[in-house]
Amino acid sequence: MEEDLDLSALSDDDLVEQMQADLYDGLADEILAGTEILLSRGWSAGRVLEDALMAGMQIVGVDFRNGILFVPEVLLAANAMKAGMVVLRPLLAETGAARTGKVVIGTVKGDIHDIGKNLAGMMLEGAGFEVIDIGINTDAEAYLAALDEHRPDILGMSALLTTTMPYMKVVIDEMVDRGIRDDYIVLVGGAPLDKEFGDAVGADAFCSDAATASETATRLVMERAGVA
Amino acid sequence: MSPEKVLVLSCGALAKEVLDVVARNRIEHIKVEFLPASLHNNPSLIPDAVEERLSRGDYDRALVGYGDCGTAGSLDAVLEKFGVERLPGSHCYEFFTTSDVFATIHEDDPRTFYLTDFLVRHFERLVWVGLGLDRHPELMEEYFRNYERVVYLSQFPSAETLTDARRCADKLKLRFEHRHVGLGALEATIVALPSLTVAKAGV
Repeated sequence: MEEDLDLSALSDDDLVEQMQADLYDGLADEILAGTEILLSRGWSAGRVLEDALMAGMQIVGVDFRNGILFVPEVLLAANAMKAGMVVLRPLLAETGAARTGKVVIGTVKGDIHDIGKNLAGMMLEGAGFEVIDIGINTDAEAYLAALDEHRPDILGMSALLTTTMPYMKVVIDEMVDRGIRDDYIVLVGGAPLDKEFGDAVGADAFCSDAATASETATRLVMERAGVA
Repeated sequence: MSPEKVLVLSCGALAKEVLDVVARNRIEHIKVEFLPASLHNNPSLIPDAVEERLSRGDYDRALVGYGDCGTAGSLDAVLEKFGVERLPGSHCYEFFTTSDVFATIHEDDPRTFYLTDFLVRHFERLVWVGLGLDRHPELMEEYFRNYERVVYLSQFPSAETLTDARRCADKLKLRFEHRHVGLGALEATIVALPSLTVAKAGV
């Protein structure tokens, strides 16, 4: 029988590598333990998040994209990351580190699918965004009210159905009509979408998966701020 | 003159229904082939599988027995290359039900998980095991927290399939409804292929 690995006996580098493997295998308890060990060794919450959790989720994202991992495995990995985030989130808030930006995210009207949206939200949070998740079956009024209330950098819209994805254009058209379209970066995502669809509805970018969403969001916010 | 070679290349999940249409309508001069039904859970693999078969070119005309089926237009791009049609609509729920009726059912309550005869028969393998719920029942909440009901869109309902469908809904902890829809656009599309039926061919 395989013996339990003593995470605390590993060097920092080996522990980070082990945590990435544990994240890949969806082992929430091990991620929680590894996170606490790194923090006890003086690592900052941001460094644990970036080097262990986000780096691990990037590997998960790549293997999902390449058909090596499927939805159940990705969900287990996400749950493992959540276990680490429970510890890291308050520490990150305490340090008052500058946020990358703010995102309002929701699944469009008529659509109740939120697995992709939740994964994207988690990866965006991991990339330093404040994420305001307004849920599922979201109509244009609810999106616009959330933009008005939270003044985010980014609006993210998700859809899983070919019958609901055209609603993204309804929301963007309403933003145009109200003269606020250019105040926000608009990202769209979901299994039936592609880049052409994103262009056609007037989004700034289509994101093929959660990892791409966080990368794209970071890049576009930095471009808009004139950093990149 | 030898008859036109017509290929119907269909999702394996439609095997029983396609063969029923062919038999009942006495359609001849048609070759029916199926791709693995397991592609249902991995739609990104469907376009390549269809392209591989169509590229053999051993037919005069073909009909592909898929909807868009989550391929995000990639299947349509393949079909355009070969000049081949597919079944109308986004997925089997829609072409069994026909688009207008499906839209009404879905708008009535979008928090709906759909079953067909095939999905009832293979619920354990395709839904329960396919979503990893046999190994990780804790994922149930992740998958189904936004759903309220199961609607069984039946093709050939029987007391047994109704019992099984109801059991699927119970397993997902969702309310059960049954709508008999039959074969809808699946039958209409296959039968509409010209010069195929014995009667139309005048044989």
